[in-house]
Amino acid sequence: MTGSVAAERVAAARRVASPARRRRRGGAPYLVYLVPSIALFAAVIALPFGMNTYTSFTSWTGTGPMRWAGLANYRQLVHDSEFWASIWHSVLLVAAMAIVPAILGLLVAAALFDVIAKRFGQRIASVLRACIYLPQVLPIIVAAIVWGWILDAQNGALNGLLRDAGLGFLAHDLLGDPKTALLTVMAVLVWFQLGYPVVIFMAALQRADPQLAEAAEIDGASWWQRLWRITVPQIRPEIYVVLLTCTVASLRVFGWIFALTNGGPGTATQVPSYYSFQSFFTNLEVGYGSAIATVMTVIIICVSAVFLWAQRRNEAS
Amino acid sequence: MTTISAAERTRAAAGPGRGHPLGRPRRRRGPAAYLTLIAVSVFALIVLIPFALVIINAIKPQAQYASQGPLGLPHGFDTTGIRTFWDTTDFGRALGNSVMISGSVALLAVLLSILNAYALGIGRIRGRTWILVAFLIANFLPQEGLVYPLYYLAKRVGLYDTQLSVIIIFTVIQAAFGTYLLTSVLSTFPRELLEAARMDGAGRFRILWRIVVPISRPTLTVLLVFFFIWTWNEFFLPLVFLVSNQNQTVPVALGALKGQHLMNPLTTSAAALLGMFPTIVFFLIFQRTLTRGITVGAVK
Repeated sequence: MTGSVAAERVAAARRVASPARRRRRGGAPYLVYLVPSIALFAAVIALPFGMNTYTSFTSWTGTGPMRWAGLANYRQLVHDSEFWASIWHSVLLVAAMAIVPAILGLLVAAALFDVIAKRFGQRIASVLRACIYLPQVLPIIVAAIVWGWILDAQNGALNGLLRDAGLGFLAHDLLGDPKTALLTVMAVLVWFQLGYPVVIFMAALQRADPQLAEAAEIDGASWWQRLWRITVPQIRPEIYVVLLTCTVASLRVFGWIFALTNGGPGTATQVPSYYSFQSFFTNLEVGYGSAIATVMTVIIICVSAVFLWAQRRNEAS
Repeated sequence: MTTISAAERTRAAAGPGRGHPLGRPRRRRGPAAYLTLIAVSVFALIVLIPFALVIINAIKPQAQYASQGPLGLPHGFDTTGIRTFWDTTDFGRALGNSVMISGSVALLAVLLSILNAYALGIGRIRGRTWILVAFLIANFLPQEGLVYPLYYLAKRVGLYDTQLSVIIIFTVIQAAFGTYLLTSVLSTFPRELLEAARMDGAGRFRILWRIVVPISRPTLTVLLVFFFIWTWNEFFLPLVFLVSNQNQTVPVALGALKGQHLMNPLTTSAAALLGMFPTIVFFLIFQRTLTRGITVGAVK
């Protein structure tokens, strides 16, 4: 009874909500819901962003008078090998914070949701998910203090373990060696980042329609086929969100470098974020720091634009 | 429950006795299932090792550490390191500050996110893509690029070294992300439902609170938890803005000690334990809400 009434109403709604009508209105009555954000956004983001961009064209120590310098800061950037090294390290960090965690996270989430939750119980799956998510709840400064101590060349737990196991020849100053420093930071970042895609993907799997996968299973599709052809397309919005936020997070890595390596040894783990920070507060070159931050911003905007474009194209198809 | 019975109905309807060469029967614990369980469990254990090391050493007596190093299980329960650290940092006050700041930001940012996502995802305002891009940029802008001007402006309006300044800044930054995620979710919101409510005479505001918010509650809960934890963990801007001891958050209080106490691994562990404890407690509390929200969503 109720069902037929609802069905009628839905059918009527479909007739009313023709695309042409919706487009004509352009959502104008909803503008009022954006007003608080627009005011806050202008004061906290837009204005400071504009000021920073202006500063990037000046020579300024942060205290004295500001001198217009035109493109001098940017010209200096192009010839700065430390800057290019930092950009390259950012690219490598995208692998450690976005690509590897997303792939691993999808596999872990699918294993937890599809196999472990269904055959061993929701409780076990929840506990495992919580364990893997745990690093994500830590303040970065705390996690970095812990890892700094574990990886410490003399007192570190890792080298201590190796020596105790009679493998002392494997003990190594991982963060102090330019060859291994960045790889070590990358490994720590995978440890830190993995829980985020796992939780997001598991929530996505709950949302996905189980009947499709059921039907595919009955039709004889393997677990891999179902994961790749049924599940992944269904949770594509979440995959975009995870890849985008993780990529941008990896382009902005600061706390880890600040606490673990200070960008060293040499420039082995230098990243743009930390480089700009050094320019601001150590070298007192506020104009140069602003220029680095501005370049970072442009890169991040471009990456976001590409993701958004891909996402819209996907939604449209 | 619903999903399982639906699956069984589907299978029953499909008829018995057909071969499934690749598909495994459900709820059967074959070797592959056990292998998966073991693999994921080992994975989880590796993730937990650093936590175990911190706990072991935070309560280890100094003498034992000196003789055995960081790996052995503690022979006693020594809270000297923890107590020393608590007193020297005025940790209780830092905890209070962090709760205040993170709680305010989480609530305000979720509120802002709903309002924005309603306008963008459901209202489909003209130019919404560009507005969304602007919010994304706001969330992704490197804080290093905002910190100098924000510092300057906060001093001008008298908000420097106040918790309010940090609350305002992070509410905007977190809401920018929330807007992006929620808009993405709400743009797939069943429009028939909205139109049906509209035909029943519900206004836009009523539809938001009576239909959109209740149905999106699992996502909103996830956002609330994320905002709280992310704000709690923020380090860079609070370090710049909360200079006086009485305003400092937990990460800033810990960061301020970096270099002074790192020499002693036991104090390091104690600091790390105290630093991670609150977030883990919050997470365990939220974990139940998360699971409940998710199962409700699945049964629906």
